[in-house]
Amino acid sequence: MDTGKNYILGVYSDEDVLIKAVKKVKGAGVKIEEVFSPFPVHGLDEALGYKRSRLTIVAFMFGALGTTLALTMQFWMLGVDWPMIIGGKNFASLPTFVPVTFELTVLLSALGMVGTFFAVSNLKPYKQPRIFDVRITDDKHVMAIDLATNSSKKDAIKKVLQDSGAVEVNEKTFE
Amino acid sequence: MEVVSSVRTPLVTSGKTVADVTEDICIRVEAAPPKTWMLAVLASLLLLGFGGFTLYYTIWDGIGMWGLNKTIGWAWDITNFVWWVGIGHAGTLISAILLLFRQKWRMSINRAAEAMTIFAVLCAAFFPLIHMGRLWVGFYWVLPLPNTFGSLWVNFNSPLLWDVFAISTYFTVSLVFWYLGLIPDFATIRDRAKNKVSKIIYGALSFGWTGGAKDWSRYETVSLILAGLATPLVLSVHTIVSFDFATSVIPGWHTTIFPPYFVAGAIFSGFAMVLTLMLITRKVYKLEDYITIGHIELMNIIILVTGSIVGIAYITEFFMAWYSGVPAEQYAFLNRMFGPYSWAYWTMMTCNVISPQLFWFKKIRTSLVATFILSIVVNIGMWFERFVIIVTSLHRDYIPSSWAKFSPTLYDIGDYVFTFGLFFTLFFLFAKFFPVINMAEVKSIIKAHTTTEKGEK
Repeated sequence: MDTGKNYILGVYSDEDVLIKAVKKVKGAGVKIEEVFSPFPVHGLDEALGYKRSRLTIVAFMFGALGTTLALTMQFWMLGVDWPMIIGGKNFASLPTFVPVTFELTVLLSALGMVGTFFAVSNLKPYKQPRIFDVRITDDKHVMAIDLATNSSKKDAIKKVLQDSGAVEVNEKTFE
Repeated sequence: MEVVSSVRTPLVTSGKTVADVTEDICIRVEAAPPKTWMLAVLASLLLLGFGGFTLYYTIWDGIGMWGLNKTIGWAWDITNFVWWVGIGHAGTLISAILLLFRQKWRMSINRAAEAMTIFAVLCAAFFPLIHMGRLWVGFYWVLPLPNTFGSLWVNFNSPLLWDVFAISTYFTVSLVFWYLGLIPDFATIRDRAKNKVSKIIYGALSFGWTGGAKDWSRYETVSLILAGLATPLVLSVHTIVSFDFATSVIPGWHTTIFPPYFVAGAIFSGFAMVLTLMLITRKVYKLEDYITIGHIELMNIIILVTGSIVGIAYITEFFMAWYSGVPAEQYAFLNRMFGPYSWAYWTMMTCNVISPQLFWFKKIRTSLVATFILSIVVNIGMWFERFVIIVTSLHRDYIPSSWAKFSPTLYDIGDYVFTFGLFFTLFFLFAKFFPVINMAEVKSIIKAHTTTEKGEK
């Protein structure tokens, strides 16, 4: 996404108009690079044709890892490595291991999922983001169209955007 | 023109637009703080300083500085610990459980409530750490690290160790959840920033967020799963705290009702603290359009419900003590009611069982003054609940010759004051430098949940 140079931006101020516009622009054969919004717009990912995020699977796998690690750790430490008699009970017993197992499952699942999200979305403290329009984080939705990936003429794309209900159509060039 | 439901109460009033949300919240971060803020921070720092002084002596001379004795080995320290952890339950409950229940009114209060949760858990964790005496070797005692101080590994059968895992997991997951919500809002402040320093700082804090649809889609999935993970976590934390008592054989502690009873009490006190802080923040920052009387009423209803559960739990405890036929149990409960600490018991009953019942009246639960007073009364009551459970169950030991009483020293009080200083200092800093309302979430409901005084948009 960070490769293009010349963009045409359609600015929208209403999320319902935006979703209809996405369908219209796609219908006109224009390839949309990405749509930026100040808040999550429901149905936008569907309109853009994005698939459901697979981060849920990541969360499950990290959770399973947490369960396995916690159980292995506790059984090995108290059952194998250094068995201790505590109140004459079994060296290692599953019921008393449940709380720590639960906590480590949740911990690894949460951290693993959020870490993966930061990695796949390339979010990090020292990132210099490409800001198409500073009003994106305020109240405007912006549809970015990369000229390099579209065969249509600049003016034709502008016309499509204007017809779709954009309040402004701008050009943006990155160095 | 937008159709406005006449049945549904609007969540945001005065016809605020999306741009108004940005302006109203960001201005608090950008503008110079009001004088009242300066005074509030100064007062908190004074508490912190006084607490720091007593804390220094508690660590240097050891916990003998506290009023503990041979019979009462746990008193204010554990009382304060459980009290703070309880307060720390509201934030994640609001953001996780209410998200799963699709309660949109959570959106304007979750940010500050989660901040409060994180700071309260920090204050809570402080007491067991100090109670270890030599906290610089505490790592070996609480974490599964190989060591040569006696037994090689930590004891995973001990509820105190479960607590270590429960509190630290809860703290970490709450912090991650809170931070994730802050990222888009930090990006808003970054894009509005006029001077270079704040642009760099908020730029780093925002992790380079741009608001792309792909990122929002992932963000929403992550929030939902985190809410799903945090929901059992919230319920587990106070359950495990209650195991510290419930798995022992001390009369008055040895009851199976403790986990649900503690969780209800935690939500009860947590919401009370949220109200105490939110009513002040709302007033000082003029957020009446975002935190409406409707929000306050809903929170008061939660206080009423959980307060009633707590009341039933108290009565059930008494019934079970009588029904068990165990003289030691029966004595422990009669001693609570009529013994030397009966004043603490009746304070608890008045504050926790009787006072929340006032919220049955709509006039009271929609009154700001009444809500503010009652929210403080509830937290006084909840502190006494923990004090009653801990001290009255211990002070009459098995042999009458070891019966004792507890009175706090300056160091007990000072260490408690320290956590107040810490809590309020952190909260005021948060209120100045962080957006106090989750802007991105509130913006997403503006279209459907705002009143349109202007008629049309």
